[in-house]
Amino acid sequence: MQSKHHTYRTPLHVNPVDRFDQKTVRSIHHASMMLLSETGIKCAGIRAADAYRQGGCSVTREGEGKNTLWRVRFQEKQLMKMLKEVPPKIILGARNPSNRLILDSQTPAVYFGTGSESNIYLRSAMDRFVSSGKAKREMNYPVFTEETGSISALCESAHLTEHLSHADFFLRNVNIQDDFITSKNKDIHVFYSALLHTSKHVQSGLTDPDALHRVIRLAEIIGGSQKYLPISFIVCPMKSPMQMVADSSEKLIVIAKERIPLVISSSPQGGSTAPIQEEGMLAQINAEILAGIALAQCISSGTPVLYGSVPVRSRLDNLHDCYGAPEFIHYAMGCAQMARFYGIPCYASAGVSDAKRPGLQAIMEKVYSYIQVASSGAQYIHYALGLLDGTNMFSPLQAVIDNASIGLVKHILREPICSQQSIDAAVDEIKKTTARSGIFAKGIRTQIRKHIVCDTYEFISDSGEEDPVFTQAHYKLDQYLAAQRLGLPKEVMQAVCEEFPELSGTHIYE
Amino acid sequence: MSKTDCLDALEHVIVMGHLDADDEGFDGMMEGTPGALELTRTAIEEEIDPQNILKTFNRAMEIVGKKFESGEYLLPDMLASAECVGDAMEILEPLLTEGTGSEGKGKFLIATVKGDLHDIGKNIVITMLKGAGYKVIDLGIDVPADEILEGIKKYQPDFVGLSALLTTTMIEMEHVVKKIREAGFDGITICIGGAPTSEEFAKKIGANLHCKDAMDAIEKIKTVRRNIS
Ligand code: B12
Repeated sequence: MQSKHHTYRTPLHVNPVDRFDQKTVRSIHHASMMLLSETGIKCAGIRAADAYRQGGCSVTREGEGKNTLWRVRFQEKQLMKMLKEVPPKIILGARNPSNRLILDSQTPAVYFGTGSESNIYLRSAMDRFVSSGKAKREMNYPVFTEETGSISALCESAHLTEHLSHADFFLRNVNIQDDFITSKNKDIHVFYSALLHTSKHVQSGLTDPDALHRVIRLAEIIGGSQKYLPISFIVCPMKSPMQMVADSSEKLIVIAKERIPLVISSSPQGGSTAPIQEEGMLAQINAEILAGIALAQCISSGTPVLYGSVPVRSRLDNLHDCYGAPEFIHYAMGCAQMARFYGIPCYASAGVSDAKRPGLQAIMEKVYSYIQVASSGAQYIHYALGLLDGTNMFSPLQAVIDNASIGLVKHILREPICSQQSIDAAVDEIKKTTARSGIFAKGIRTQIRKHIVCDTYEFISDSGEEDPVFTQAHYKLDQYLAAQRLGLPKEVMQAVCEEFPELSGTHIYE
Repeated sequence: MSKTDCLDALEHVIVMGHLDADDEGFDGMMEGTPGALELTRTAIEEEIDPQNILKTFNRAMEIVGKKFESGEYLLPDMLASAECVGDAMEILEPLLTEGTGSEGKGKFLIATVKGDLHDIGKNIVITMLKGAGYKVIDLGIDVPADEILEGIKKYQPDFVGLSALLTTTMIEMEHVVKKIREAGFDGITICIGGAPTSEEFAKKIGANLHCKDAMDAIEKIKTVRRNIS
């Protein structure tokens, strides 16, 4: 993927599409500042409240006993000072250094990766169906089995991600529910499963703050002597509207102290925990994310953070979360602009479908959001591969299909490579060809070699009867799954097993 | 305003989900006009029989329910109406003779279990239960089993509702159910809900009902009440 000078994965560079003009961006900023200075946030964590106080925020105690909360208010000037400390550029490490990612808040260059902690793993196999009509037509179609999320499913997903050319990072996508998993041992098993099977950047939430140092140690052993750890974290400290949760604020604090890259996210649901109209959603989510980022800076000024935007819309019939709605895209685009306004790399959400099985609805909902959210220039798009039924299910087959869609989207959105020189060359080509054969086929060759001509969709039809996407994608999936697992060099494996004896029963990771 | 006009107006504002004069109502055009709270007070001042006011609430919610079923109303519409009834009940409650108010319909104690902070679903269930005329005691989120047990002793509910959205906290429900039963509260109907829970899980942990959403809860609880009475 890279030349000698490149030590990062190649992102998709876009010409960012702004949904709002700068005046509106400033108005939303002011609305958030007003919320933060007047209403402030309710903070349930005592250590977080102390840190805010030391950082110069106004902190007042409310309630008694179990219901004690601290009201934290922020003045714009002082908040902006804290935000200035956020590094505008972040490098996320990877086992394979050429898989590192560079996120620069001022450069609209986009990476795509997995996400969610889905409870269900959707396995699939191709089957042959015969129509019940007279004609007895035959066709191939997948059949599916829902399986409870497990270590083995997480390992398989990490292995698959290693092979998906457009998956730039692996954010743990499966909720491991094996019998022996507890909140105490979950983190080490999640990170190990992922790091063992992919050389791409690995990210996850932290279930137990006490596990942090062991997870870091594991990443150091597996990452070797690299400057950048192959892992980062995501924390969702905010409970919308405008509350900071005690246990997640503790996680944020311990991670920020280590200065490990950290996504600070908020996930309000438009219509249930935030206004459904985008200006309301943006004013609120922006205030919530900034309050979280401010805490990280109070703890350790200069801690690398991502502006974690996961705005969702509610379904109108039951207020459950819903992702196929156009507002899901509007919200995400707005957040990307807000993050750019503050100079903080943006963690965005796209590629989620409400469909429960792979297919047309899933592809349609996903592709629109890839195109729009990527074109907004958000640097790090999570949720992008394999998710179905909102964020509740991961389908390897869908992930392969999504990979192909993202490939196409990358071509659609790539910046034009057009200069006076190339225009002159084109005129020359037209003149010459017109004088000769009149067929421009020869010119294709140079344009292909310059990577200017785009690929077509990966799964193509050669007979009219049957849609070939499932068959071809499944064939590819089966090949990926059959490929040799990445594993670890022997000496590294030994070092891991010495320090982490609980990981030595390797059979569960296969 | 005649008594009938007053009750018709009350029924109308509940159907429109118009809480009070500050509230915009169904389509953003109702601000400044009396809502369910004002009209309930007016009805009381007019000395309308509290039982008739209660019947109006029920009639209005029946209309809302039908509109929801037919697809004319969305859940937010129904929640707005349920909120009107829930809040208006607080005004009416002291005037109702024992056994005819919400306590008569049933007391429902509800909590999100320990370790879990999710409460959107729980709060929807609460609004709908109140709208359907139940007395609801909400213990909040992240509630340890012992606190739920204390709540049961204090409030003597007919139903206990438990909510969990995480696979890790859903296990806590089993613990809570066990404690409730061990303490001898066999007559309490325990309902569980939350995305990862299921009918089988409810059975496995000894809960009486699994409710997939708020509507399901209302329907299932209704049957239990019928069986009790
Ligand atoms: C909104 C949300 C949040 C919000 C919660 C806001 C709030 N006020 O509740 C925030 C951002 C705070 C949050 C935090 C977290 N979340 Co969350 N969250 C969700 C999300 C997207 C929607 C849940 C929701 O509100 N649904 C809408 C309501 C209306 O539906 P409902 O809750 O199911 O309730 C209905 C029925 O189930 C039923 N019901 C529910 N309870 C009860 C009770 C009774 C008695 C009855 C009768 C009926 C009933 O009736 C309700 C109304 O119809 C879900 C995804 C999902 N689809 O479930 C993830 C999800 C539950 N969260 C998840 C995770 C991982 C987390 C975090 C750990 C994230 C993190 N890394 O920090 C934290 C955990 C915090 C904690 N300790 O609890 C995962 C859980 C996976 C797992 N491990 O099991 C999910 C599934 C998302 C995912 N796929 O990754 N979350």
